[in-house]
Amino acid sequence: MLTRREALLGSVLTAAAVATIGAMPAVASEKDVAGLPREKVTLVAPPFVHAHEQVAKGGPKVVEFTMTIEEKPMIIDADGTQLNAMTYNGSIPGPLMVVHEGDYLELTLVNPDTNTLAHNIDFHAATGALGGGGLTLVNPGEQVTLRFKATRAGTFVYHCAPGGAMIPWHVVSGMSGAVMVLPRDGLKDDKGKPIRYDRIYYIGENDFYIPRDEQGQFKKYDSAGDNYDDTVKVMRGLIPTHVVFNGKAGSLTGNNAMKAKVGEAVLIVHSQANRDTRPHLIGGHGDFVWEQGKFANPPAKDLETWFIRGGSAGSALYTFRQPGIYAYVNHNLIEAVELGATAHFTVDGSWDDDLMTLVEAPKAIAS
Amino acid sequence: MSFDPVFAFGTTAAAALIGLGVTHALDKSSLESQPVAVSELVVLGAGSFDHPQPGEFLKQNHPVAAPIMQETIDAPFEIMKYHVSASEYGRCVTDGACKPADSLSVGSVPATGVSFIDAEAYAAWLSARTGQAWRLPTDVEWAYAAGERFRSDIEGNESDPKNPARRWLAQYRTEASLGRKSDPEPRTQGAFGINSKGLADLAGNVWEWTSTCYVHATMASDGAGITSSIDNCGVHVVEGFHRTYMSNFIRDGKSGGCAVGTPPDNLGFRLVRNRLSLVQAALRRFGLF
Repeated sequence: MLTRREALLGSVLTAAAVATIGAMPAVASEKDVAGLPREKVTLVAPPFVHAHEQVAKGGPKVVEFTMTIEEKPMIIDADGTQLNAMTYNGSIPGPLMVVHEGDYLELTLVNPDTNTLAHNIDFHAATGALGGGGLTLVNPGEQVTLRFKATRAGTFVYHCAPGGAMIPWHVVSGMSGAVMVLPRDGLKDDKGKPIRYDRIYYIGENDFYIPRDEQGQFKKYDSAGDNYDDTVKVMRGLIPTHVVFNGKAGSLTGNNAMKAKVGEAVLIVHSQANRDTRPHLIGGHGDFVWEQGKFANPPAKDLETWFIRGGSAGSALYTFRQPGIYAYVNHNLIEAVELGATAHFTVDGSWDDDLMTLVEAPKAIAS
Repeated sequence: MSFDPVFAFGTTAAAALIGLGVTHALDKSSLESQPVAVSELVVLGAGSFDHPQPGEFLKQNHPVAAPIMQETIDAPFEIMKYHVSASEYGRCVTDGACKPADSLSVGSVPATGVSFIDAEAYAAWLSARTGQAWRLPTDVEWAYAAGERFRSDIEGNESDPKNPARRWLAQYRTEASLGRKSDPEPRTQGAFGINSKGLADLAGNVWEWTSTCYVHATMASDGAGITSSIDNCGVHVVEGFHRTYMSNFIRDGKSGGCAVGTPPDNLGFRLVRNRLSLVQAALRRFGLF
């Protein structure tokens, strides 16, 4: 009689012989994975994304990443307000990791002994063990390596989830990022036609909850542990003091504004690990938007604003048609303007009069 | 499951030593404001017992139940019969040496809403005020004092290297089957009774800080010993109805650590008094130790 385990292993062998990608078997043995090619990727800090192929070359592989957790104070606005940040690889958000469907993502997570807290990682793209959180808790001075199979194509959040009240506190201290699992044959439009992007930016949005003193000034703490009690009280009010892109109000403006050219297709990956948001590109659109971020679903077309559910990452593809400055905002405009959720694109190129013309400049009202 | 792992070969004298000659031990003039009444102590004799170790244990790269090792208490030690009370803790707050507790309890109920950091501050203050050496118990001392009320981690005793989920499910079901309901209101000292060692309120609705650090340990493949371990002293062992682990700054156990299952109702502590040698005692009397 065939036991369940044997049945599953049997199906692996069959599938391996046929070597299909579409219906991946549920279980692969260590030996199968050991035979796969490996690629080591060096991560880059957002809003940039490490070099990657849009259409996979060859079969599945194991893609290796390493992230080092850094606890450190970070400035989150122009006034010098300090967050006792907890970060994946030193940045808020953590870096975007790109693989293809059917690949194995293998992460080594390092928690140096200069840190004070235990951390882990919950990948929304992974299956089982609380997204890997149940297997990856590392004390200061430890590292862990987790491998999971990327079985679903899309953009997915990852975040720290070390149990109980530590979970939201670590997340609103900066510990989230995203994974992008591309279909092996790349992105497709609503009709199934292949589409490509010329540039990709990853925008992680964070809500922060900084306690204030009696005078209403933001308080500064020596260490993360010192702020815990006060921060949780602010968190329970559910009203953030800051809503920012890339870890800091204004971090993607001015010299750090994202760049594009007229005619370039730009893929914007937007994650929010904790709270709903509604990105909007002022003066532009979303040509193709995977609002839920999952590429097996056809993209929505021509959106003005899209909705990213807290705890998810979405993607929008837009080909710029006019030069100029574009603001990319969370279209709760109070959050965009007062709390920090504004980024800019500077787009070079030729103006298209057909799309927009100033027929008559402002002047005194004709009597 | 046995709850009586203790094989004492010394005297587990439950004698309560009430405020023995400690009220005038201070030589530091700044602290002479008011004498500090010391709570009742229980003297526990030397002994040895089998003890499930605190922490997380790996064997051949997968989590397993904690090993049970024989622990020995070499010499008798003194431990508070009751938790440090709200009024006792309040004295430290009044002196400016402790932060106010989160709990609003007063009088002879346990001080709760206190972190490991708060408990350490209280021990330092009490030591300075009394001229004696007070400290948190180790996990081993606490377990020894808890006797039949010691439970250890909630453990389903399942381990399958090929399927880590079996252990998680077993633990979850074990904890659920204990059926413990939330019981957040601290009671007057003594409400949870006296154990066989003479200590009050063990494993009631106040969990207690210990001085033992959280540890990740790797066991030898034959299970015979520990080959490597890494301490995280930012997290300490908390003992009570079950054993758990809390970051040092947590004051509210309900939100502190357990991802699933029953979290501690309250966090409090009791202290151990170090027995000093005659020389140490003499030096301390003159403020030199």
